[in-house]
Amino acid sequence: MSAGPASSSAAQAVPLLELRGIERRFGRPLDLAARIANRLGADIDAQVVHAVDSVDLALATGEVVGLAGESGCGKSTLARIAAGILEPGRGERLWQGRPVAAMPRAERIATELKVQMIFQDAFASLDPRMRVDDLVAEAPLAHRLIRRAEKDALVDTTLRQVGLDPSAKRRWPHQFSGGQRSRIGIARALAVRPELLVCDEAVAALDVSIQAQVLNLFMRLRDELGLTYLFISHDLGVIRHLADRVLIMYLGRIVESAPTAELFAAPNHPYTRALLAEVPTLAQRRRSYQPVRGEIPSPLAPPPGCHFHPRCPHAMPRCAVEAPALKAVAPGRQSACHLNDAT
Amino acid sequence: MSTPPPALPAIVEASPLRRFAAEFAASRVALGAAVLLAAILFAALFAPLLSPQDPYDLATLDIMDSKLEPGARGAAGARFLLGTDEQGRDLLSAILHGLRISLGVGVMATLVAMAFGTLTGLASAWFGGRFDALLMRIVDLQLSFPAILVALVLLAVLGQGVDKVVLALVIVQWAYYARTVRGSALAERNREYIEAARCLALPAWRIVLRHLLPNCLPPLIVIATVQVAHAIALEATLSFLGLGMPITSPSLGLLIANGYTQLLSGKYWISFFPGIALVLTIVAINLVGDQLRDVLNPRLSR
Repeated sequence: MSAGPASSSAAQAVPLLELRGIERRFGRPLDLAARIANRLGADIDAQVVHAVDSVDLALATGEVVGLAGESGCGKSTLARIAAGILEPGRGERLWQGRPVAAMPRAERIATELKVQMIFQDAFASLDPRMRVDDLVAEAPLAHRLIRRAEKDALVDTTLRQVGLDPSAKRRWPHQFSGGQRSRIGIARALAVRPELLVCDEAVAALDVSIQAQVLNLFMRLRDELGLTYLFISHDLGVIRHLADRVLIMYLGRIVESAPTAELFAAPNHPYTRALLAEVPTLAQRRRSYQPVRGEIPSPLAPPPGCHFHPRCPHAMPRCAVEAPALKAVAPGRQSACHLNDAT
Repeated sequence: MSTPPPALPAIVEASPLRRFAAEFAASRVALGAAVLLAAILFAALFAPLLSPQDPYDLATLDIMDSKLEPGARGAAGARFLLGTDEQGRDLLSAILHGLRISLGVGVMATLVAMAFGTLTGLASAWFGGRFDALLMRIVDLQLSFPAILVALVLLAVLGQGVDKVVLALVIVQWAYYARTVRGSALAERNREYIEAARCLALPAWRIVLRHLLPNCLPPLIVIATVQVAHAIALEATLSFLGLGMPITSPSLGLLIANGYTQLLSGKYWISFFPGIALVLTIVAINLVGDQLRDVLNPRLSR
């Protein structure tokens, strides 16, 4: 809701984290048997998923960017690339304008620590064989950010920061509730003093009252620590509540980028409009519910041209041939749709 | 709703170890086997203190005592509970010392094979690709030969000796560990806690040894237990065939081999009692291993 300290004007400054032309495919090359079969005239294609397809992304310091899209659109892959867990197949990752891959080792590690990830399934993201204090303090100790004697103090302050009782620090992850496990995951990330948190569906697995608590925690940490967020969710309600700017992703591409208020007031891309129409609100109770037409196409065989055209109510012949580029449609707003050229 | 969560209620939960012990003891048979195994280990460990005679000290042997029946009194008046062998050696003492050698070789071979196999399996799962494929084909090749055949060939080439028997057992067994660890490591590798460790820029060796390995341990412990029994049986077989332990380290297998020529002449005890000791040891270890598998397998536990 809040406009936030950064808006479109911050785009001129060097972004905190920038992704340029990121591309990531998944799939395995053909094995020996398939290659021999192809030699003999068979026609076996390697199954390749284009999870992320030439995505550009810039996060300004202090900004909260929401990333939304249906499941299977490549959100999580993009999150992992942003967090440095996955290598991008192609493209560059820049931290404050400098390519991370080209940094010397020590500096690269320091940079990776600045970007931390909060996972969807907090329980799965905690090593079941480590106690809470070891989980939180492992990385700071391993990277010599603190000395062994400082471990207890760090664990206590970090746990308090996320609203956990430090007296529980010798417990195992399975002894906590879902919300508490989320907080442990957040504490672990905070322990290495990050500047950017990538939250991949970080509250999706929690029930609604706990969701609100954790979201409030994120916002409090933002104020206290000046954190920047890349907040990934399929829940537009959450994103509307949290984000300064929203990116909409469809089948590996970003189709629209706009400040939150503007996007929700006047969506530009037909896909965004369809997504927003799906958000249930009280006022809509009487309206007939109209989901996005059709299924999300298989990422193994995305449609040519604009990926959305088979489901788009405004599809033109051009849409099936030419992929629209992400272009500025208004100050601070970008959209990838041929309709914007027509008007 | 938005207040910070209150202090955790004290969770009254038994420590994992205690819960494990309770689940293990749920089976009477397993409990009995564990007690028996403990007794066997104790006897093997303290054999020099427990045995009435030093079977290696030829000066204490009296040839007049040779092949005495169980319970008979020797020339010097000492009673031989399990009888004596051809040399007049007290069989109980020989069995206790033989147990020590058999268990020692079995445990040693298992530990070395486990360490080597585990590291190979972890490396295979972590690096993947051609390295993985190559290693796993070697494992397949290894497992496609009967263990006894491989061990026989190896010992025929290497010659006798305790170290050589251990080496042969390690070569026969490492592949089981490698394959098991690779399997669990492949499953664990894609879990989110490994991704989280990557995100924290922890070095690869640390992720593998501190996060991956501990989570692959339970199946490994089960296999190791059962493999100790296999190693003991294999060593006894090799020794019986005359290819295993040297005559200076008489394991249970050698004791059996030593007496089996007398078997048909009615002097059954020279082979029989070492055989019983061997069977009891192997059965006890296997029962304990089975129960460990049931308790440690999360899919079987409620």
